[in-house]
Order: sequence, then structure tokens, then C-alpha cells
Amino acid sequence: MKLLLLAYKNLNRKKIRSFLTIFGVAIAVAVLVILLGFSIGYNNSLTSDIDKMGYQVLITAKGCPYEAATLMLKGGAGLTYMPQDVYGKIVSDQRIDKLTPQLMQTVYDDQLQDGKGGFLLYMGVEKSYLELKPWSTFKAGNWFSNDNAEEVVMGYEVAELEQRTVGDKILIPKLNKVLTVAGVFNRTGTQDDGVLFIPLKTAQRIFNLPTKLSSIGIKLKDLNSLPDFEKDLYDVPSIQVVSMAQVKDTVLSLVSTTRTLITSIAIVAIFIAIIGVVDTILMSVFERTQEIGVMKAIGASRTDVFKLIWMETILICTVGGIGGILLAIFGGSIVEHFVRKLLPYAPTGKLLYISPKLLLISLVGAIVLGLISGIYPALRASMMRPIEAIRSGE
Amino acid sequence: MENIIEVGNLKKTYKLPGEEINALKGISFNVKQGEFVAIMGPSGAGKTTLLNLIGGLDNLSSGELRLLGNELSKLKEKDLSRIRRKSIGFVFQDFLLIPSLTALENVEMAMYLAKMGVNREIATSILKKIGLEHRLRHLPQELSGGEMQRVAIARALAISPKVLLADEPTGNLDTKNSQNIFDLLKQLNEEEGLTVLMATHNTKLGSQTKRVIHLLDGNIEEDQKMAGE
Repeated sequence: MKLLLLAYKNLNRKKIRSFLTIFGVAIAVAVLVILLGFSIGYNNSLTSDIDKMGYQVLITAKGCPYEAATLMLKGGAGLTYMPQDVYGKIVSDQRIDKLTPQLMQTVYDDQLQDGKGGFLLYMGVEKSYLELKPWSTFKAGNWFSNDNAEEVVMGYEVAELEQRTVGDKILIPKLNKVLTVAGVFNRTGTQDDGVLFIPLKTAQRIFNLPTKLSSIGIKLKDLNSLPDFEKDLYDVPSIQVVSMAQVKDTVLSLVSTTRTLITSIAIVAIFIAIIGVVDTILMSVFERTQEIGVMKAIGASRTDVFKLIWMETILICTVGGIGGILLAIFGGSIVEHFVRKLLPYAPTGKLLYISPKLLLISLVGAIVLGLISGIYPALRASMMRPIEAIRSGE
Repeated sequence: MENIIEVGNLKKTYKLPGEEINALKGISFNVKQGEFVAIMGPSGAGKTTLLNLIGGLDNLSSGELRLLGNELSKLKEKDLSRIRRKSIGFVFQDFLLIPSLTALENVEMAMYLAKMGVNREIATSILKKIGLEHRLRHLPQELSGGEMQRVAIARALAISPKVLLADEPTGNLDTKNSQNIFDLLKQLNEEEGLTVLMATHNTKLGSQTKRVIHLLDGNIEEDQKMAGE
């Protein structure tokens, strides 16, 4: 306990130097926590997003699989369409539990975002869409009155943004089409919150895409039948079958480069932190050569001196670790904000998942960092011969 | 009284590149328990070297050196360390206190390092005895030179040493403080029977001890015992 007090007081002697070293450790730990938290959070959110799509398989027009993945998750309109008769071909397939055809279209509206302009996403759907998404409930109003109605059901966010409620009119710019708001969904925490749903037939008519679909979402009775199901559809021209598992892999591979970059940064940060700690402690050992000599003269054993110096490094790293954890907790949301902008696709949920377990692991990691970086300075100090150490000050 | 220190033909040679310095050229003397010995001589005479050898801080080149019956040249660093923390109190010219610890903590640290258990009451009483009761919680930088040396003496006393080795304890103090520190050492010697070896330049202080060993160029020039001894 005496040594711990002395270790603390020694560090307190050079406040700025100790603070900077602790800060270096804190940054390294924060980067590590954020990196690991990001890795877990991204996976969780992506899985949750994909689960919330309600379907495990999507049939889209043939094209780039990356585009298909983005299209599904981000809700962008595909550039390609497939003929509606594909739907007819598969609708009676016994392996299918539920399916829903979709036609997506984006419309530019120069009035959006206070005149800056932006895209609104319209999705033509049938009532089967709701069967695949039982969690989509109405905040106000109801589903379309009929399959050809010029009505719209708004996602929660887009309704908030546009300040619309049931009965209001919406103008689709350029097409000069006016739709009536039939309902507004509750928040789902998915991309659906930003979508304007219209009846499929109405969509095909007003966007002038009769007999076209952009995708068909499918939920199979048994996911194990997916390979066979996919194989059977190989023969159908102009379509591709994308499974959600594939989509997940595709997206994860897209973000893996980002993750590699952050990992490299974390490794460099940890390496620099170790060098910083060794440097600081070694410097302070050399400065205190005479003092260490006196301690040995009055009876300190090598173990005592080793323990003292080791404690100083562990103290630095532990405080740095705690600082890093706080930094990650409070600064994480800022980092999340930037990472979200950088990523090709960011899921809707929390990207950063910092669990108590992760915090504990990081703190232990910081202490281990202290244990490792303290060995050399502590050995140097413990090996000093008292007479030479005392003379060094003369 | 038995001999607490026995020095026989003690030599110490420092090997430097291209030359050898014979700091001690074969000196012999004994010190009995309870003696107060001043070791005097000009700079380079070998005073500090002698104290460092007796304190087990440095290795002798040849000869014999027994402290409390132990032949120091035959002991390993670990055993020397044990003897130092059990039996020897050191007082240095530059005080050499631990700057981050208060007066009281410096004394307690010595107890801790000596593995004798920290006792705050005893540490406080030692500091009180040497007139520092009002400086217990002060850091060394807040103390005067004389006070710092008192703390250093208190630290040395914390382990109840058999021998106190004081290397120029008054070298950095003014005349008045020098006399005060000397009086304190003398008091400890007379009242508690503590054996004291004090290296000093100060002839005025040297003349107040009952025995003075004069060193010159690594030899004993004179081993002077005052009347009454």
C-alpha cells in the first residue's frame, strides 16, 4: 500500500507528463473499444435490419449483386425491372410461405429539405406486404381503399418530415399527380420509415411501368429449401435470386475495408501508447536514479523497486484505460456519426454497441498493456547499484 | 565493549580507463559499540569511500571488513541489503529525501522498506524527538536545510539501527544548523548508545567528538582519541 501511494505521488510530481501519457493510453483504449463496439454493433444492426425485412429471399432483375443488396437495404430504386409474369410463375410454388411484389421508384422533389431538394422513395406494394411485416402497424388511418386507389400510406419519418396526416394531399412533382394520405405507419426502426407506399397497380400506372416489378420478396416455409429454390429459378431469364444471408455477407465485405483501416489505426495507437508509457516511465526512472539509490541504501530490495516502478506503469494504464472507456462511451456517438457517413451502407440501428463485457475486456487489456510496458523500466530500476545511483547526483 | 566494526588492511581501488585510483590504501581500525567517531580529512582522502564500504554500498578490493560480526566481502547483495535495512542508518550530505513524500511519510517509508511494519505513532515520536513535530505533513521542498537533515536522521533512526553512517551531514548547512545537527547526533550517541561514524570537513565539529580518524590520501594519518577515553 505504501508503494502504491509512492507510485501515485511520483506520477503526481510531473502532472503534465503523466496526464499526456495517460491521455495516449486513453486514446488507444477508446479506439479499441470503439472498433470492437462497432464490429459488434454493425453486425447486430445489420442482422436486425435484415430480419425486419420480413423475407429471406429477394428476386430482382438481373444486374449487379451489390446494387441489388444496396437496393434492398437502402431502399434505392433499381435501374432495371423485371416482367410481372415472373410473379405469376412462382406464386404457386409450394415451397413459398409468403411473397410480395414491389415496384420502387424515386422522385426528385426540389421543395424537400427547405428548398435544397431531395429524393422521395415510392414503393408500389400489395396487401401481402403487410403479411411479411406483421410489426408494421398504423399510427393513423388504414391501408388503401382499393388496388387502384390514388392513395398513399406514409412511413413514420417521412410523414413527420413532410408534416402530413391522414386525409392530406401529396403532389408528385413533374407527374402532377395528387395522392391522398390513407394511413401513416408507426415507427419500425427500418428503412420503411422513410418510404411512401402506394398500391402496386397505381404505381405501375403513374410511373408508366405497366407489367413491371423491381423485386419480389419471398419468405420460404423452410429455409433449407433455398438452394433448390434458387436452382429452379436459374432458368428464368432476366432475374436473379438474392438471399438475405448473401446480402449480409456482401455488405459485411463492403465494410470490411473500413474495419481493416480502423484495426490498423487501433494497432498503431496501442503501439504508440506502449512506447509512450515506456518512454515516460524510463525517463522518470532516470530522473530518480539517486532517489532509487537511496531507497536501496535504506533497505529496498530489487523486488521493492521493481514493484514500485511496475505499479506506476500499471497505474498509468489503468487510469488511461478508464479514461479511454469514458471517452468511448461519450465520444462514441460522434464517431458513429462520421462512420455512418463514410460507410457505403449503414444499418438503421446503433452502429456502436458498447457492452459491459467489452468495457471490462478493454480495461483488462489496458492493465495488461501496463504490465508489459512496465517490465523494462522496472527491471532497469531494480538492477541499479545503490552506490552508483547515489553518486549519479553528485 | 565489543567491536561493532573491524577494519583490517582495507583497500579500495577504482579502475578507470587508463588509470587506477587507490582510494583506500590499506587502513585498519576498530570501532566499539557506542562510539562516536569523526572521520576527517580533505576531499579525496577516502572518507566517503570508507563509509560506503562499511555500509555495504560498495565492494572492497582487498582486506577485511567486519560489521556486526559479518565479513561484508563474503556477502551477496541480497544479504547486504538485509544488513543495511536491519542495522545501518544512512545520512547523506544532500539529505536525499523522497521529494514526493512528507516528512512523516519519508520516515514511514524507511520502516516499510525495512520490512518492519509501518507504525505511525513511532514515526511521529521520532520526528517529535528531533524537534519536527510541527513539520510532520510538510514536503521536503517546504523545509529548510536543517529541517531536511533532521528528517533524514529521523528516517535513519526509524529502523532502530546499530550504526549510523553520516557522510558530511552538515556539509550543506550553515554554522548554526551544523552545530544543531551535530548536537542531535551526539545526543543520540550519548543517550541511546547509538554508534555514529561521521565523515566531516568541519574541524570545529570534529574537535567535539571523543575520537577522530584523520584520513589523508587513502591512509590513516592519525587515529586520535581524546582524553577520558
